[in-house]
Amino acid sequence: MAAPGVAQPGLPAGGSPPPSAAPGLRAFVGRPTASPQAAANWTPRQVWANNLHSIVGRAYPRVRGLTREPSWIVFQMLLPFLTTSSFVFVYRALDAPAAYIGFVVIGGAMTAFWLNVVWMMAAQLYWEKDQGNLELYFAAPMNVMSVLIGMAVGGLVMSSTRAVAILFIATFVFGVSFSISQWGLLIAVFILTLAALYGFGMMLASLFVMWGREAFHLTQLMTEPVYFVSGLNFPVGRLGFIGALAIALIPLAVGLDAMRQLAFVSTGPTGTPEPWIEALILVAMTVVFIGLARWLLHSMEERARREGRLTVRWR
Amino acid sequence: MSGSIQAPAIDARGITRVYKAKPKDVTALAGIDLEVAPGEFFGLLGPNGAGKTTLIKILTTLLLPSAGTARIFGFDVATETRKIRRIMNMVAGGEQSGYGILEAREQLWMFSQFYGLGAREGWRRVDELIDAVGLAEQRNQRVSTLSTGQRQKMNFARGLLNDPWVFFLDEPTLGLDVSAARSVRELIVGWRAAVPGRTVLLTTHYMAEADELCERIAIVDRGRILAIGSPAELKRRVQRESIFRLELDRLAGGPGGLARLPGVVSAVAALNAPADPDAPVRQAVVINLVLREDSALAGVVAALDGLGAHIVALAKSEPSLEDVFVELVGRGFDDNEEAARSNEVPVEPHEAGQPDPEEKR
Ligand SMILES: Nc1ncnc2c1ncn2[C@@H]1O[C@H](COP(=O)(O)OP(=O)(O)OP(=O)(O)O)[C@@H](O)[C@H]1O
Ligand SMILES: [Mg+2]
Repeated sequence: MAAPGVAQPGLPAGGSPPPSAAPGLRAFVGRPTASPQAAANWTPRQVWANNLHSIVGRAYPRVRGLTREPSWIVFQMLLPFLTTSSFVFVYRALDAPAAYIGFVVIGGAMTAFWLNVVWMMAAQLYWEKDQGNLELYFAAPMNVMSVLIGMAVGGLVMSSTRAVAILFIATFVFGVSFSISQWGLLIAVFILTLAALYGFGMMLASLFVMWGREAFHLTQLMTEPVYFVSGLNFPVGRLGFIGALAIALIPLAVGLDAMRQLAFVSTGPTGTPEPWIEALILVAMTVVFIGLARWLLHSMEERARREGRLTVRWR
Repeated sequence: MSGSIQAPAIDARGITRVYKAKPKDVTALAGIDLEVAPGEFFGLLGPNGAGKTTLIKILTTLLLPSAGTARIFGFDVATETRKIRRIMNMVAGGEQSGYGILEAREQLWMFSQFYGLGAREGWRRVDELIDAVGLAEQRNQRVSTLSTGQRQKMNFARGLLNDPWVFFLDEPTLGLDVSAARSVRELIVGWRAAVPGRTVLLTTHYMAEADELCERIAIVDRGRILAIGSPAELKRRVQRESIFRLELDRLAGGPGGLARLPGVVSAVAALNAPADPDAPVRQAVVINLVLREDSALAGVVAALDGLGAHIVALAKSEPSLEDVFVELVGRGFDDNEEAARSNEVPVEPHEAGQPDPEEKR
């Protein structure tokens, strides 16, 4: 028997096979490593590269899917748009301040991200387990956080197209006029909101795998109340104490409120904290959620390895 | 100690695994000791529920043993998971990994990114492997539309993306037709032969597959290894005598004369049906010859001359692995199917309410 790690005799360094080799053989030879021990030791650079590539790898099917299934984009844009429209008509009928219509439009655009976080971040790993992907992710060398981040990046690309479309169509159809003074802060708040939202989704993803069905139902139950306290369709300041609580805990609520304050300066005080304070809250949320996501992913893996739950039995 | 040069590819000591389950806990592995040398092609042969998959999950770092230790090329499966994941890969029969909306080539590229290949390097490797596994025509076909056999070839290409030093195959030919199964087996053999030191651990419950592929086999049942050895060694265990099928042009006086020779246990005329009905009818005599050991054959051959008989054909009858299994386990191979299959997990319906573009297949 050959000793391990002795490269194929007659193979030049670098591993290209002799010219006579059949195409099959060349592929089978691959990129020979000196030994299993050498192959198992990666430089920090290799580790980083692997994780970055994994992010791109996992984002890839989402971005690809965008071009491949155009029909569902229409569907996913239409629903939030209809909800938005109905509120616009109600506010118009009530002679509400013009800015309210703008509030609703921003809320509608952000719904796209929220739906994506709930269904394609939080519930995703759980589905991946059914599919048999989860065990392959854990059996691969990268940090599975890269998979979560890749899912988030891909999800962001997917939902951004939707959010932008809703924003443009609604702005155009309903004639919303924005009054923005602090562009920098607005953009920062937008990005922070997404970071916190997707951090939240990454955190839920591991919980879903651990709790399975219950977590699934819990999220379904939570969706409407979260919509409500986030003030997707009205300023959250109106909710008094509950609104304040939402701002402290729910990324969507803080983010939306900050963006509304920044995009409609003329509306005056809303009874909520200043935008820059809300931006800081978002920073804190992002750090906490992503930190928790890491920790939960790790403990989920350990627990699943102990209890035999990384894989589905009947496969 | 971690990852020394002389380390066995697989070194499992006293592995047990108990699953918490209702109504009572299941002992899937009850003390497995196993050493597989680098470069070896090793088979785990056992009936449903024997614990084969459980052992593979433990060796691939996806499951912790309840007790015992296992090392892959010296790396501990419980603690050195990262290192092991860089040098191994696994493919299971019926694997449905990936995303249906991707093309075969795209899906493989996605996985290459997880396995440490660069972006451009990944595409190159994917194209090369797609050709090698014979999926050139399906290269741009959606994963969801591949046939079972094509799907399994793609899974194979996935498993080979990172040139694993140890390749775990859990019933890789499950559900494949004869020719697809053969091409998958040829792939495995060809890949392993391309670089010395590559190790394969394969589980199967097809006797012939284990016999054809594996240098050594462990027969497992109810979480224990009942026997371990090369297919020939295992067969020898159940074979206490040598059996030959001897075909002669004629034999004056019948087989009785042979039975009296030294070392011959029995010599009995066998049914004389030609295997091939179109073959010219021969007046041959076929004798089932049971010898105490192979060496007694020399005496028989010498005696034939005196009897005026000529040998037309001589073949040694081999016991099959199935004989070994029946002898060891005390029952046939597929007698306990339903016992192992009763463990259904309900499937979460995809009632998500949101169309999920990735999951569509
Ligand atoms: N997650 C689990 N929870 C509870 N019991 C389990 C679990 N996984 C496996 N088992 C049980 O452990 C035993 C061994 O199962 P395993 O899947 O390892 O067998 P196998 O040899 O691979 O069988 P097969 O040929 O059917 O694939 C079986 O009795 C099975 O029911
Ligand atoms: Mg199995």
